[in-house]
Amino acid sequence: MADITVNNETILDFTKQLKAQNDMFPVLSILNNNGDIVDEEALKRADLSDDDLINIMKRMLLSRQLNIRSTKLAKQGRFGFFAPTAGQEASQMASSYAFNHDDWLMPGYRDIPQIVAKGWPIWKAILWSRGHALGNEFTTEEGEPVNSWMPQIIIGAQYVEATGIALGLKKRQKDAVAYAYTGEGGSSQGDFYEAINFAGAYKANAVFFVQNNGYAISTPRALQTAAPHLAAKGWAAGVPSVVVDGNDPLAVYLVAKEARAWAVSGNGPVLIETLTNRLEAHSTAGDDPLRYRKQEDIDAWWKKEPLIRMRQFMTEKSIWDEDKENAYISEVNTLIDEQIKIADKVDKQKISNFIKNTLEVPGYAMKEQIAKFESEGK
Amino acid sequence: MAVKSYIDAIREAMDLALEKDKDVLIFGEDVGENGGVFRATDGLQAKHGEDRVFNTPLAESGIGGLAIGLTTQNYRPIMEIQFFGFLFEVMDSIAGQMARNRFRFNNTRNFPIVVRSPYGGGTKTPEMHADNLEGIVAQVPGIRVVMPANPADAKGLLLSSIESNDPVVFLENLHLYRSVKGEVPEGYYTTPLDTAAIVREGKDLSIISYGGGVPVAVKAADELAKQDIEAEVLDLRTVSPLDIEAIGQTIQKTGRVVVVQEAQRMAGIGANVMAEISERFILSLKAPIGRVAAPDSVYPFGQAENDWMIKADDIVAKALEVVNYD
Ligand SMILES: Cc1ncc(C[n+]2csc(CCOP(=O)(O)OP(=O)(O)O)c2C)c(N)n1
Ligand SMILES: [Mg+2]
Repeated sequence: MADITVNNETILDFTKQLKAQNDMFPVLSILNNNGDIVDEEALKRADLSDDDLINIMKRMLLSRQLNIRSTKLAKQGRFGFFAPTAGQEASQMASSYAFNHDDWLMPGYRDIPQIVAKGWPIWKAILWSRGHALGNEFTTEEGEPVNSWMPQIIIGAQYVEATGIALGLKKRQKDAVAYAYTGEGGSSQGDFYEAINFAGAYKANAVFFVQNNGYAISTPRALQTAAPHLAAKGWAAGVPSVVVDGNDPLAVYLVAKEARAWAVSGNGPVLIETLTNRLEAHSTAGDDPLRYRKQEDIDAWWKKEPLIRMRQFMTEKSIWDEDKENAYISEVNTLIDEQIKIADKVDKQKISNFIKNTLEVPGYAMKEQIAKFESEGK
Repeated sequence: MAVKSYIDAIREAMDLALEKDKDVLIFGEDVGENGGVFRATDGLQAKHGEDRVFNTPLAESGIGGLAIGLTTQNYRPIMEIQFFGFLFEVMDSIAGQMARNRFRFNNTRNFPIVVRSPYGGGTKTPEMHADNLEGIVAQVPGIRVVMPANPADAKGLLLSSIESNDPVVFLENLHLYRSVKGEVPEGYYTTPLDTAAIVREGKDLSIISYGGGVPVAVKAADELAKQDIEAEVLDLRTVSPLDIEAIGQTIQKTGRVVVVQEAQRMAGIGANVMAEISERFILSLKAPIGRVAAPDSVYPFGQAENDWMIKADDIVAKALEVVNYD
């Protein structure tokens, strides 16, 4: 059978086409697992000062420490729901380092560290996890607005909302973007496609991250899609798309920075797939990863986690050492201790307040309900 | 009879259905190797194979569409929506598609789909994981909505739902999964999808509830018994369509009624039960109908949920009001 070709391209050789799709997205990396530089040019383009490197390292350590403490507190019932972040520090904290104060963060339930890094006090994060309405206020300690929404529980919804924000920013000619995070599981939702498609159609100021951490609860990445790379989904929408080593803070930062610059200049959105791994349970609510993955697999990913390579790289540059790290960790732990105390002192959530949060002007039955709960001090 | 938990009874029903009928399939997020996030399908993939019990990608609308399409090949899909708070993602499949298909095919085809999903509060879940959204689906013509309150009913009603040639939304109370145990008959049996059940007899008033509201109503009835008030508790079991006959019988017997639901006051089933009573049995009533329901706010996940949820004390207070009315 003769090949059918158009402009010298075979059209009906589907096997060949699948292979081409597979080869379409080389993975960007700057630091390998050992902290060696594998791409000097890319490192130069990232243009990170020593201070920037220290800041990124500190943000990642803050996140790791928050994770350790939150999982412990959740086990004691003192923290509400928590989704562990260990292993995803580069994907979360080096990416968000590329964004500005005025940019809008659209987080999923696992993206608490990025909101904290944007100025949301830890005590509010704790209250959010406990279902206290004060945790739904996105302001700094000083009452300044933090451009973030509540961590989205509905998988994919933050993506479509981000597109709306992004179009609004463009219409208002703001020097800002919306940046949203979901997981590889989230990339299967209709909302995911609708969001990148709309943003592409409007050339809206959006940067979309898919944190491919290997699992959606127990479901492995391979089951989500036949697409060899999640970034390939951006192509269908005419959106530039990149795959990056999600455990390499420098490469993640570089892509995020370039994507932001592109989006803020009115060129339209960018989709970024960060290849990373969830090193711990899905959440603190009773998930046991050993029901669906092997310990060896988890151990292998622990060797590739981002802190190891960043520590190595910065130690070689003589801008980081064990003492500095220990000093910073104890600083963070003191901060977390203080923040827990603040959260614990807040009065219990009142139902009457909850009802007041439902409509600006409550209806007849609601007014009765508010009065009843208030009379009971609830 | 063996004593089993609600979730074990549900798993047993699915196991029996998979065994009895090779056309039965189970799919949804994490239902395979992991056995579902609550272990409702634990061991079913290992026993019946990946062909029949399998994980899906993360997309509820896709899961709904899959179920609808598979019926054309004469499969009988049991699809799981991991939490009923994610009803909205699959609402188009349920209300816009499966519920309308008998009409769209002029009654020439069946759509034997079961949508299984956990709902209800009291277990400190995150947002969207505890909502009582049955009122929304019960307003859709073309589907049955089934909400068992005990292990024996859970098994028998699930087997009936799987045998039903119409789509069934089968709602499993999250709190009851492990908190309630009861005698469950051995083997395969079905419990009809159109009959309510009296779970406690009484002559002084009727408490009508369903799903997670039933154990709270029974607890209230126990309290009332201490005050020499004999409350009859009617468990609706199927909230759409309603067993209006059973509602009428208990009203005619007691002449006094409190309708109890876990959902917000404005949300659905209770209002419908009260409307049916007013329309059909008002002359049998000796007192205005009482209602106990949750406040009209979003579900307050986490620390305030115990204050928000309906309590036996609320039912007792309302029952006393109704009983003492003259
Ligand atoms: C619409 C919707 N469906 C189902 C769930 C339940 N759920 C919570 S997390 C999760 C897996 C998410 O996986 P992924 O998108 O890869 O993110 P990760 O948890 O790995 O960060 C599921 C199915 C949900 N929160 N929202
Ligand atoms: Mg994932």
